Amino acid sequence: MALTDRELWTVIHGMVLGSLFLLAFAGGLAGLYSFRWNLVTPTGVRERLPRLEIGTSVMALAAWMTVITGTWIVNPWYRAALPTSPRSVLLADPARALWHTFGMEWKEHVAWMAPLLATAVAFVVIYYGPRLAQEPKVRRALMTLFVVAFMAAAIAGLFGAFINKVAPTI
Amino acid sequence: MTTTFERTTVEVRVASSEPPIVAPPKANGPAAAAILAAGIGCFALGLLVILSEAIPAIKTALVLSGPVGPLSGKTVAQVAIYLVAWAGLAYAWRGKTIPFDTVYVATLILIALGLVGTFPLVFEAFTRS
Repeated sequence: MALTDRELWTVIHGMVLGSLFLLAFAGGLAGLYSFRWNLVTPTGVRERLPRLEIGTSVMALAAWMTVITGTWIVNPWYRAALPTSPRSVLLADPARALWHTFGMEWKEHVAWMAPLLATAVAFVVIYYGPRLAQEPKVRRALMTLFVVAFMAAAIAGLFGAFINKVAPTI
Repeated sequence: MTTTFERTTVEVRVASSEPPIVAPPKANGPAAAAILAAGIGCFALGLLVILSEAIPAIKTALVLSGPVGPLSGKTVAQVAIYLVAWAGLAYAWRGKTIPFDTVYVATLILIALGLVGTFPLVFEAFTRS
């Protein structure tokens, strides 16, 4: 049972950091949705706020780490100018070229929206603190940004998983 | 004949007995700045992707790292634009109350444009060999 350096970084990028963001999304969205004055008691607000602040901050950090490791560590191996690199393998086969020309080209760009949006959400949650429960417009805006961040990360994650299946980085 | 009744105890918590939370209103300027800056960052990425495809000189200039390719410059420039926008807006809107709906709609438009710009079928229409 062993992993090469490249396989290990691919796992850290996609299955650890990326998955952490995607899996935590539902909890974060539920937390934002229910953080309402008419739904929670003062004790509930005190109990939920640190979880929301820490949760959104960790998600933002995970999003940043995912795109940084993906772009600066995994991507050079993917696009290396060698006939055996995943990019070369995909482009050499017309039946699989679309995985690069569409999938990878979309994934590597759209993913970079997620950390910006997640950071905005985390910052606003921390800035407002308990007052967020009384700011329905702001809370709804944060939920929308959160969903867009998730969609961007999900597109990237989905294509990343498929591409690594079709042409693994080894 | 014997009948057994189950007893259930219900604990009722009275919300009014809890100490209230004092959360005075806050100026929305810093929050609006963070949100709009994220929109500007997303838009900048879409624009950079299209410019990189349309103008070969820009694509070449965006190669900050050979192994990473033009993506290195696109993402570094995007993050730089995002941080500068956030700092500028946060400074301009510190302690102020901004029309939040306007900022929110502008942010959504910028995000949508950014998404369009990063979609391969769109930016490939601008590709010059």
